[in-house]
Amino acid sequence: MTDAKPKAPSNDKRWKIVDATMRRHGYAGNSLIETLHSTQECFGYLDEQALRYVAAVLRVPLSKVYGVATFYHFFTLKPQGEHTCVVCMGTACYIKGAPEIIDTVEKTYNVKAGETTADGKLSLLTARCIGSCGLAPAVVFDGEITGKLDKGETLKRINKIMATAGVKQS
Amino acid sequence: MTPEELYKIANIEKEGQAQYKHTINVCVAAGCMSSRADQVKEALEKSVERNGLDRNCKVRGVGCMGLCAAGPLVHVEQSNTMYQGVQSTDAPEIVQSLEKTPVKRLELPMSVPFFTRQKKIVLENCGVIDPERIEEYIARDGYQALLDCLTTMTPDEVVQQMTQSGLRGRGGAGFPTGLKWGMVAKARSDVKYVICNADEGDPGAFMDRSVLESDPHRVLEGMAIAAYAVGATQGYIYVRAEYPLAVKRLKTAIRQADRMALLGSSIFGTTFNFNVDIRLGAGAFVCGEETALIASIEGKRGQPRPRPPFPAESGLWGKPTLINNVETFANVPPILRNGAEWFAGIGTEKSKGTKVFALAGRVTNTGLIEVPMGISLREIIFDIGGGIPDGKSFKAVQTGGPSGGCIPEQFLDMPVDYESLAKVGSIMGSGGMIIMDETSSMVDVARFFMEFCKSESCGKCVPCRVGTAEMLDLLQKIIDGKGSQADLKLLEELCDMVRSTSLCGLGMTAPNPTLSTLRYFKEEYTSLLIPDEEPAEVMK
Repeated sequence: MTDAKPKAPSNDKRWKIVDATMRRHGYAGNSLIETLHSTQECFGYLDEQALRYVAAVLRVPLSKVYGVATFYHFFTLKPQGEHTCVVCMGTACYIKGAPEIIDTVEKTYNVKAGETTADGKLSLLTARCIGSCGLAPAVVFDGEITGKLDKGETLKRINKIMATAGVKQS
Repeated sequence: MTPEELYKIANIEKEGQAQYKHTINVCVAAGCMSSRADQVKEALEKSVERNGLDRNCKVRGVGCMGLCAAGPLVHVEQSNTMYQGVQSTDAPEIVQSLEKTPVKRLELPMSVPFFTRQKKIVLENCGVIDPERIEEYIARDGYQALLDCLTTMTPDEVVQQMTQSGLRGRGGAGFPTGLKWGMVAKARSDVKYVICNADEGDPGAFMDRSVLESDPHRVLEGMAIAAYAVGATQGYIYVRAEYPLAVKRLKTAIRQADRMALLGSSIFGTTFNFNVDIRLGAGAFVCGEETALIASIEGKRGQPRPRPPFPAESGLWGKPTLINNVETFANVPPILRNGAEWFAGIGTEKSKGTKVFALAGRVTNTGLIEVPMGISLREIIFDIGGGIPDGKSFKAVQTGGPSGGCIPEQFLDMPVDYESLAKVGSIMGSGGMIIMDETSSMVDVARFFMEFCKSESCGKCVPCRVGTAEMLDLLQKIIDGKGSQADLKLLEELCDMVRSTSLCGLGMTAPNPTLSTLRYFKEEYTSLLIPDEEPAEVMK
């Protein structure tokens, strides 16, 4: 065959998982989205180094990799905070007061939706719809979906997760 | 797998289930799971063990029972008792009551309209079987339809059955399914594909998610039958990455079906081969559009392309491709099992069968329902849905999500079918149904959907990319109290322009929420405008 596969950016074992995903798809260019999913699952976000590596292995232009990574909402190029609070902004949650919840969290923690607090402790994110419309308004605290919330209860829950040790993402 | 083996698995499973005197079903679909149903299930299991009932009482996790608002739900099969809002601490009481009378405090009567007014075809197994065990699906006649198709019918006959059934695409547009299958079947190619569209992007809808989480094998069987009918050997399920539980259960289901040779090579000893792979979506509403979805499976940005050629001629990798929605595929096995006439006997003249709706917003019974086509909106909202909570009054119902419209009170008695909904400026859509009460501002709702469409516009064609941004600005201006009569007129013109000139369905339908609220709630817009200082324009 032609030239060897590019080396992983570091010795981090997580690259092995990314490599396995690409190998499973025969290093085909069309496995780009699957590979990015796998990379984000391992590292929490996609940094430039990761995009360059995936582009090199799959032999897809970096511009195309960047294009795909920024086209889809699911992919994020920024690391997230220690804790995450994802407020669902689907129609049902919107009608039932999700905007107020976001407003309150933004003011209380001095953070804008889609961003992370200056100390890197909390990321406030919004979701298009998490499909828990029957429990609107719903918020996902560190991966755990909680429904039928209001402003006060949301703040209480955030305090609770903030008190626990978070998972620091590299 | 031979037909005999299939019957054997079904019988063993049925006998196994009959051994138990009591079966306690706990809903472990995403809705109840977020109310900690897993802990309830664990507590029930422990309680059963402690009471020494292991031998004649079974606790199992099942799919969605529908009434998400009252979760976590627990159902005792033999006595047909439904419990609502169950906590782990209630477990001992429920277990001890098995031999006696049900726990009154938690009981949810099964005689309420929410349960009695529904008709379940797609959801027939939801909340009844354990979605992670293929045996339970087989015991409920699962894979029977596939067996019949492969051994007793030609592909043409399968397509004919689908055409006769009158089933129309449940993704929203309502294209006749039989016609679509026929087109792909006729296309000449040695390679064809079947794709299941599970990229449920409508914010406020969760029908497909519930079906995938509660009864994944039904979708696989539907896809396999479709593949046989059109001559495909490879299938893809394009599912949202935001639905991790659905993805997990689909993966389990595919593995189980593979192991039993219900997928793979020489299925039921015939020459028919079919494999299914999962492709994860990555959060782009436009990927619900079939050509954009295909681009995404090919690893590209999800941008649509002009049609024709339709995917039926040139789809995935340029090959003829059949794309149907989850609910459409879920309808296939029962249609072939019970016959096209049976299905055609349900619903209205042009809209056959049932439709699953996700009922949400300002309504008492939020959750998942399945009703026959032709039922009135009033029955859905006030009988099944239990009406508007907190003594508020009904204002509008939104169907079809960002592509649909708001329907006001005067049309509540209208039958729910594709044509009637289109006539009043909305669409059937995939099944999201959001109820709004007097506190909802309709201009704000229009702005909400426009903001959604603006951010989801893929940017390929100008009318959609620029038009949605301009319309959003105008709506915001009006909400801020800075809009004039001229702005409103411009908004109406833009709606018309974007609708008629956009490339794909996203742009073509993006103005719908605005147009329908303008049509029925115009006074809400005009009340926000700056008062006209004497008609300056006319004077000129």
